[in-house]
Amino acid sequence: MTQATAPLPAAPEAGRAPARPRSFGRRVIARPELSSLLGAVAVFALFFAVAPPFREAASLSTVLYSSSTIGIVAVAVSLLMIGGEFDLSAGVAVTSSSLTGAMVAFQLNLDVWAGVVAALVLSLGIGFLNGYLVMRTKLPSFLITLATFLMLQGLNLAITKLVTGNVATDSIADMDGFDSARAVFASEVHLGGVAIKVTVFWWILFLAIATWVLLRTRAGNWIYAVGGQADSSRAVGVPVKRTKIGLFMTVGFGAWFVGMHQLFAFDSVQSGLGIGNELLFIAAAVIGGCLLTGGYGSAIGAGIGALIYGMTTQGIVYAGWNPDWLKFFVGATLLLATLLNMWVRLRTSRR
Amino acid sequence: MSNSNRRLAFVATLAAAALAVTGCSSGGGKQAEQQNAAANAGTAGTAKIRIAMITHETPGDTFWDIVRKGAQAAAAKDNVDLVYSNDPAGPNQANLVQNAVDQKVDGIAMTLAHPDAMTGVIGKAKAAGIPVVGFNAGIDNWAQEGLLEYFGSDETIAGQAFGDRLNQVGAKHALCVIHEQGQVALEARCAGLKQAFKGQTELLYVNGQDATATQSTIQAKLQQDKGIDFVATLGAPVALLAVQSVTGAGSSAKVATFDTNKALVQAIKDGTVQWAVDQQPYLQGYLAVDSLWLYKFNGNTVGGGKATLTGPAFITKDNIDSVSQFANAGTR
Repeated sequence: MTQATAPLPAAPEAGRAPARPRSFGRRVIARPELSSLLGAVAVFALFFAVAPPFREAASLSTVLYSSSTIGIVAVAVSLLMIGGEFDLSAGVAVTSSSLTGAMVAFQLNLDVWAGVVAALVLSLGIGFLNGYLVMRTKLPSFLITLATFLMLQGLNLAITKLVTGNVATDSIADMDGFDSARAVFASEVHLGGVAIKVTVFWWILFLAIATWVLLRTRAGNWIYAVGGQADSSRAVGVPVKRTKIGLFMTVGFGAWFVGMHQLFAFDSVQSGLGIGNELLFIAAAVIGGCLLTGGYGSAIGAGIGALIYGMTTQGIVYAGWNPDWLKFFVGATLLLATLLNMWVRLRTSRR
Repeated sequence: MSNSNRRLAFVATLAAAALAVTGCSSGGGKQAEQQNAAANAGTAGTAKIRIAMITHETPGDTFWDIVRKGAQAAAAKDNVDLVYSNDPAGPNQANLVQNAVDQKVDGIAMTLAHPDAMTGVIGKAKAAGIPVVGFNAGIDNWAQEGLLEYFGSDETIAGQAFGDRLNQVGAKHALCVIHEQGQVALEARCAGLKQAFKGQTELLYVNGQDATATQSTIQAKLQQDKGIDFVATLGAPVALLAVQSVTGAGSSAKVATFDTNKALVQAIKDGTVQWAVDQQPYLQGYLAVDSLWLYKFNGNTVGGGKATLTGPAFITKDNIDSVSQFANAGTR
């Protein structure tokens, strides 16, 4: 594996032997997702010990499902954060996407796949707009996407109410193409007597693709480069603007996918959903080793971060603990994970 | 003044302040609450069973404290291990129901605020042979979703009763404040109110999770439209905020609400809130758990295939005294 932030080999200083290439063990320890993996094992062990229902395959499937709907977007968000940007609009963008899909199909009496395509166009459009504005204005993406987040939140309610007269869309369950779309986005796969939601498999697939892109392609190098040193990478010919806009559109794609899942899992969509989830995506990416400053992190780590979130939220219920404490534990997990990340990074960056 | 003297003076001041704040209060507080202890009964001799209660509670809404107290009272009486969980977002609530199915609980009591999102998991629960009852929200959907029984208030009827009352007091222009987007029960209340009320009804959406935003949004609306003479809120905490909004806007509008809590009882006594439509949340939580116990150990179902209504009843200045004792204990 190539090092995420491979430092240039330093010129040997006078009177010192040149640094030897780092050993395999050293390289494993320096992976950004390692500490989150330790955290995931710890959380899993904790709930495995205290909650008997947690030990069953069916429960594990619920945990994975609850992780996957956060995880699919979190993977895209982690790529964006490695690229040095931030997206606060991803949570409500999921709902915007499913509302668009439902309303286009229902109001125009189209096959639901037409709604799916319309939603994809909208989601990629929102991503493009975010990216374009960030690159054009040079404002921090935090501000731009905060504005998008608030605007989308308002649009979700206002347009839904305007078009349907209610705050939720009409059910599209009896329309053409619904069954095939449900099979793609919201079906269940039975493995050895356990029903696993299809989103889990999509999540793993997206994780694999994102990891391959990051570690094995030129685009992946560009992502690390624009996140680490935008000006330097521009100077050596990396298309900074294209890369960053592409990353925002990738988040749009993730939001679209989860939006479609919600639409086909529940046939009608409430316009107020999704608020607050943008922070969970970011939390998952940060637990997985991404830095807020960009240039460092991994997609696998974000996947593990989402898994930690899923295990914590469901595990507390399996353990029969009072759900009042849920958010506290999620926050405490986040804090511990980031401290662990920092510690591991400091230990491994020393020569 | 030398350094050590100054430090001494500082410590002395702190000690004095600490003594002052640890002085006893002559009224209110925990002691008053404990004197109003809630209903308490023995325990059934049946085997211990596990019941999951899953609601759409927005964390921090006083209404649900009362529901949970009712559920806990029934659980204590029936030797039930009660597992409570909640999430205001439909998909997340569905996940929590799935979670209860995974745990192989003996019964599920759930709210159907987002019925579409629940169809799949209710099917899962039934396939696993777990009895499911509904309460509080979803009176129009529980039967078609295939739930055993339902305990709650018919929100449309409650809304109509509210509208009739507005006609009686001669209101002309009402503002109906919805504090949770897309919650079917709340929408039904305002729709019922609009049907029965002869005057003009306007809807206003606020974010119930943000008190200051709620208060200022209502205030702005009252300032913008001086014609509003009645604010109808759908929850006790929102009613208390609306009272502040009315004062802040210098409006002469009156406030009335659905649902009660401890602070609201005082507001009705003071006359700052005209009335509250009560749906007896304690009863909803209690019956949901108790009915599952009855079903488990004696095969009983309540309601003869119809919803069991726990409301609406009006709480006004005239009957507030009979309610306030229980409200102070947090069970009404």
